[in-house]
Amino acid sequence: MTKNLLGALLCFFLIGNIANAQTKTVTGTVISVEDNLPLPGVNVIIKGTTSGAVTDLDGNYSIQAESNQTLVYSFVGFESQEALIGNRSVINITMQLDAKTLGEVVVVGFGSMTKGDLTGNIASIKGAEIANIPVPNFQEALQGRLAGVFVESSSGKLGEGVKIRVRGTTSISGGNEPLYIIDGLPITSGGAIGLFNPLADINFNDIESFEVLKDASAAAIYGARAANGVVLITTKSGAKGKTKFNVGIQRGVSSPTRKREFLNASEFVELMREAGYNNDLRNGSDPINNPADFAGSDLQFVESRLNRYSGWSDWRTLETDTDWQEQAFNPDAGVTNVNFSASGGDEKTKFYFSTAYDKQDGIMIRNDFERISARLNIDHQVSDRFTLGANFGISRTRNNRLADDNQFNNPIQLVALAPITPIRDLNGQLYDRPTATYYNNLIDSENAQWLNTSFRNISNIYGELKLTDKLRFRSEFGVDVMNQNEEQFFGSRTNLGLSTNGFARSRWLRIFNYNTNNYFTYTNTFAEKHNLEVVGGMQFQKSEDNFTSVEGQEFPLDELRTLASAAEITGGTSTFTNFTFLSYFARANYRFAGKYLATFSGRVDGSSRFGDNNKYGFFPAASVGWIVSEESFLKGNEALSLLKLRASYGLTGNAEIGNFDHLGLFGPVSYALLPGLRPTQIPNPNLNWEKTAQFNVGIEFGIFRDRITGEIDYYNKDTRDLLLNVPVPATSGFAVQRQNIGRMQNYGFELILNGAIVTKQDFSWNASFNMARNVNTVKELAPGQTSIPPSSSRFLNGIFVGEPIGVFYGPKYAGVDPANGDALYYLNEELTETTNNFNDAARMVVGDPNPRFIGGITNNFTFGNFDASFLFQGVFGNDIFDGGGGFFAANGDWFDNSTRDQMARWQNPGDITMIPQARLGECNGCQASSRYLSDGSYVRLRTLTVGYTLPSSLLSKMKISTARFYFTGQNLLTFTKYAGWDPEVNADYIASNVFQGNDFYSAPQAKIFSLGLNVGF
Amino acid sequence: MKKYIIIALLGIATVFSSCNDELFLVPFQSIDQSIALSNDANVKSVLIGAYSETRAVALYGGRLQLYAEMLGANGEVRWEGTFNQPREIFNKSIFVNNSFVEGTWAAAYRAINVANNVIDALDVVNEADRDRVRGEALFLRGSMYFELIKLYALPYVAGNPSTNLGVPLVINPTREINDESFVSRNTVQEIYTQILSDLTQAESLLPVSNSFLANSYVTAAQLSRVYLQMERFGDARDAANRAITIATGTGKSLIPNFMAAFNTESNSVEDLYAIQVNTQDPANDMFLFYSLPEFGARGGDVAILANHLDQYEAGDERLTQFFTAAGELRTAKWRDQFRNVKVMRLAEMYLTRAEANFREGTAIGDSPLNDINRIRARVDLPAKTSLTLAEILQERKLELAHEGHIIHDVKRTRGSINDNTSADVFPFDSPRMVFPIPQREMDANPKLVQNPGYGG
Repeated sequence: MTKNLLGALLCFFLIGNIANAQTKTVTGTVISVEDNLPLPGVNVIIKGTTSGAVTDLDGNYSIQAESNQTLVYSFVGFESQEALIGNRSVINITMQLDAKTLGEVVVVGFGSMTKGDLTGNIASIKGAEIANIPVPNFQEALQGRLAGVFVESSSGKLGEGVKIRVRGTTSISGGNEPLYIIDGLPITSGGAIGLFNPLADINFNDIESFEVLKDASAAAIYGARAANGVVLITTKSGAKGKTKFNVGIQRGVSSPTRKREFLNASEFVELMREAGYNNDLRNGSDPINNPADFAGSDLQFVESRLNRYSGWSDWRTLETDTDWQEQAFNPDAGVTNVNFSASGGDEKTKFYFSTAYDKQDGIMIRNDFERISARLNIDHQVSDRFTLGANFGISRTRNNRLADDNQFNNPIQLVALAPITPIRDLNGQLYDRPTATYYNNLIDSENAQWLNTSFRNISNIYGELKLTDKLRFRSEFGVDVMNQNEEQFFGSRTNLGLSTNGFARSRWLRIFNYNTNNYFTYTNTFAEKHNLEVVGGMQFQKSEDNFTSVEGQEFPLDELRTLASAAEITGGTSTFTNFTFLSYFARANYRFAGKYLATFSGRVDGSSRFGDNNKYGFFPAASVGWIVSEESFLKGNEALSLLKLRASYGLTGNAEIGNFDHLGLFGPVSYALLPGLRPTQIPNPNLNWEKTAQFNVGIEFGIFRDRITGEIDYYNKDTRDLLLNVPVPATSGFAVQRQNIGRMQNYGFELILNGAIVTKQDFSWNASFNMARNVNTVKELAPGQTSIPPSSSRFLNGIFVGEPIGVFYGPKYAGVDPANGDALYYLNEELTETTNNFNDAARMVVGDPNPRFIGGITNNFTFGNFDASFLFQGVFGNDIFDGGGGFFAANGDWFDNSTRDQMARWQNPGDITMIPQARLGECNGCQASSRYLSDGSYVRLRTLTVGYTLPSSLLSKMKISTARFYFTGQNLLTFTKYAGWDPEVNADYIASNVFQGNDFYSAPQAKIFSLGLNVGF
Repeated sequence: MKKYIIIALLGIATVFSSCNDELFLVPFQSIDQSIALSNDANVKSVLIGAYSETRAVALYGGRLQLYAEMLGANGEVRWEGTFNQPREIFNKSIFVNNSFVEGTWAAAYRAINVANNVIDALDVVNEADRDRVRGEALFLRGSMYFELIKLYALPYVAGNPSTNLGVPLVINPTREINDESFVSRNTVQEIYTQILSDLTQAESLLPVSNSFLANSYVTAAQLSRVYLQMERFGDARDAANRAITIATGTGKSLIPNFMAAFNTESNSVEDLYAIQVNTQDPANDMFLFYSLPEFGARGGDVAILANHLDQYEAGDERLTQFFTAAGELRTAKWRDQFRNVKVMRLAEMYLTRAEANFREGTAIGDSPLNDINRIRARVDLPAKTSLTLAEILQERKLELAHEGHIIHDVKRTRGSINDNTSADVFPFDSPRMVFPIPQREMDANPKLVQNPGYGG
């Protein structure tokens, strides 16, 4: 026996090469109690590990295990079973029908457990359930499937951010996204150039399961970073047996979920002339009836503008009627996905290999997304005592990107152009200003490019050493390298390159993030009734961020687009920043008599992000569970077949702030090429973790022999010492200071219901329903501070004690004065008096962007060789503020084209309408107020799939094992009262913890119809 | 077996202890405030930092000038752009959450804080340079208070400046946020007293020549503006005269071709003070809003109207600044991209000296007639033989048109501004021509009192 101690890279080591112990091959067949037919696809896992096998088509399995180990058999719709191996080498199992999922293996932090032993709250979903959903990142595929997990993509632009909130928003100024961990490695999930979403680099067909740790008991093992929940992602691994190949191909077409209606040329001319003429009448002149008044009138001004905007055509005869909105959308949008995988292995070595190509042509012009990825996961058993393995995942993502919503070259901003403006002049050139009202960003399509490329390597290696039968040591080292490059070129005709013969920018980012986990796992059973598992160890993570950017202008011609051709380099920078976490953790799971459960965990976290006075924080949690249905008075009861109660309480933290927020800093500036320094940050050496104390109580139940199962959870998250950017008087020279101040609460409940409604051999119907209610309340801010009012004149979100975060706050619109067409606002909060003076209007809470309820319902059917499933997902009780309304729904305030509803404007005394009189440039009701607020609730047919699996009799002749054709539709139906493009929206350029629920020329979501084929052999 | 576990544990302990050191990281793009103010070179860098704050678009980078033009539009120019913030100012109907109004307030106080930091750290500055550094910081601080008081309070000549509310006075650097950070508004008089103190000291401390940064004649020129606002015409005259004497002594002069005084990459011989703009530091909001897409700007947000053109005499070379683009008349004073933002031209000093001499009945430096004819001769206009105050003010208006002077001259001379569309007339002391205290600031500091006409 030889042993080596290998001190490897900093903080990393492996211990290797020990041979001993009794490993043998166990085989068997698994059949169903229902029809005594073999069950393929049953998971066979060695208890307490993640290694296992899957039964083949004939229900056979083979696995390497030791005599003292226990095998766990699990399959959806059947009761899990356990079998101690002992001296057996063949173990045949008959699976009992069961809808309950207590036996399901769930990945937890630094280990795995069966669901029955869980005392915390974990939402879990298998990768197979979201395979083939044609979206670019896994986050969108999770929408509506996990109770209490709110998912919202900011718009239909490809490759952009997705907001995820697990049980509400805990932080005002810190991060609110969950921690993402792939195979033990906390991955880089933010900080990319532009608005690129780093999680789009991950091919989610490689993912075995997602587990979302929601309560403190489940999450506290990730301590200081777990307050927003933790998403554990486990990639697929191979199983012993014949190598299995799978090939999939999918093609689809996409279109926007909805378009808005804008004025046509005739309506536009009518509204704009009216707006100018109304001004004239109000000023005592009448240029229509009194031609002498025409010179210098606003009507004359409007008509001169109409002349200008109509280019070569005549607006008086409505010669041109351009639908600019149509120009913003890509008529050839669609998706393509091709993937290939192979998995298998022998006694000692198992592998999973995959490669995939995903391509999405966006619904917006100039927007596409392409990902090529490959993965190789290998596990090798060196000896009975020592196992090692590695997971390598690489990908390249290419994303032709769009400007943020607030830019003139955001395609949707084309809607602002006048319908009387021809797209091209008589020479075939695209019209730009002054003929176009604003920049005609179709020029970008001909004269610009904006390509984002990301190379990603997320890889892990591990070694696991069995020190004794009861004690294991596991060491993991992972790296996540993200190399992102963005190449922008705006040619001499674009708005960004017009005056400078083109403009180009090249930006490079490398985020190198490495992590090591080293921990012991001790399992033992005392006196047959006391089961104990203890995990303890350390984790160290460091992330380094290198960024370089160069920009230049003056290009000899538009075909030369790299900076090598720029005559003038106008800007360049490089930056470096980093952070570290050093953590120690421990957890004990105790089970008595198979029915009394308890878990204790604790973690000490240290981080470079905190002041010298508070480098380390301690995050403990405890939970208990009682499986009541195992008690003698309930055992065997078929009506109430499962009843489990659990409760947990613990502390988690949030460290998602800037890397150096505790320091008092001066940063570099320059003036006239002279270097300078200026104060950039006021110090706070006491800066500390944001802490969330969470209480959770849950009940799990199964009735009618677990045909219907469910979970109900109530939680209360109390977040203290908020990492708050507290506004300070600007007279200090600073705008905000990062302080630990304030308190926020989230409480609510979650309901999950699963039903195996029909479970016949040739027809089955499973339904799953989840719903969650979260109530968010800002409880305290700085002493004496009751609010952080809206910081924008265009948007309304603010923070108020006693209200949910980000409520819409501003004047309440009271409609139109029937006498004179003035926009009216309420003068007081009692809504008894109105005013036409915006400044006098009472400001009040007028809406809430936070949903009251979220939920989803999934139904899966099999009917012979056909299968079908659909998911309806819904968000209820939130409001959306349409920030573009001040431009396109402002009753002809300016020459931006208006939405058609503006034609209902006030025209004559006595008119009852919500649209004020058209007055050019007078802002009659155009300010940000509740006028632009509306209910954002929606229900959406998120996914619909229909499949057909070819009969095996046919397939065996073709030497393939499975073949399935399917149709998948995404976002096929949307039910909402929101009148904008799409109710799933969060204007990208302004989106933050506080600014939510805003629409600003944001792209609608994509509706996708796709067809696919999967073949296995 | 056991000994290997012990070795492994020892190994872990060793490695972990080095990890602990990894928790103490320092930033690469910033330095601690104690280092920033620790030595001569660093404090001088902070001084440049103060200039960089004042050059922001919210201040001398263009918006201070834009505000003056929009408030003083008077039916002579029209805001046509999509930005609602300038439009509100143009309409004299400013909302308390106007983000330009908020940005200028915050930027000015940032600049003041940086200047206060420099003034507080003078001990470590080399003695040979200490006066200059102090003078520049005082110039910047005094100038910022002057710009604030003109916009956020009633004019000095309106009512009683000793009781009219001005802006909060902060003359010490902020190193932490404490009770003293919550300041109240001082009176208009107190702010003017501080401005005069800062600028007077600065003028005595500063050298005659200091590249494009503040020097003694720039400070004298700024003082002449302050005295004009206070109607202290004798002092204004003397300050303008000092500025002219020193500046012309260092080679400054009027450029023979009027339009050559504009759109310059570096300071012209006529520029007393200008914000330096280049491709590295390109911001210039007067260009952005006044110029046109073909020059790299927005869509031509400001149009010049016939009412304005009608005021020029035939043959006035200054008429050559006007051109038609995007369907409207435009001024070419801000036509080109990456050009300096003019803050003070020598021509202004001749006009100030002429006006002040005329009002005082003196001829210090030169006679009002000679000064006015100097301005007229340069733009090919015939010399005048006699003068009235109105003629002097009209000459001033046309010479300095579209450069951010109009509203301040209208206010100090108790004039009025016509509304853009209605028959309304705004007198010089109309609260609607005073900015609100930004709502954000009202919310962050309960000690502040809002200006009249802006709600509570």
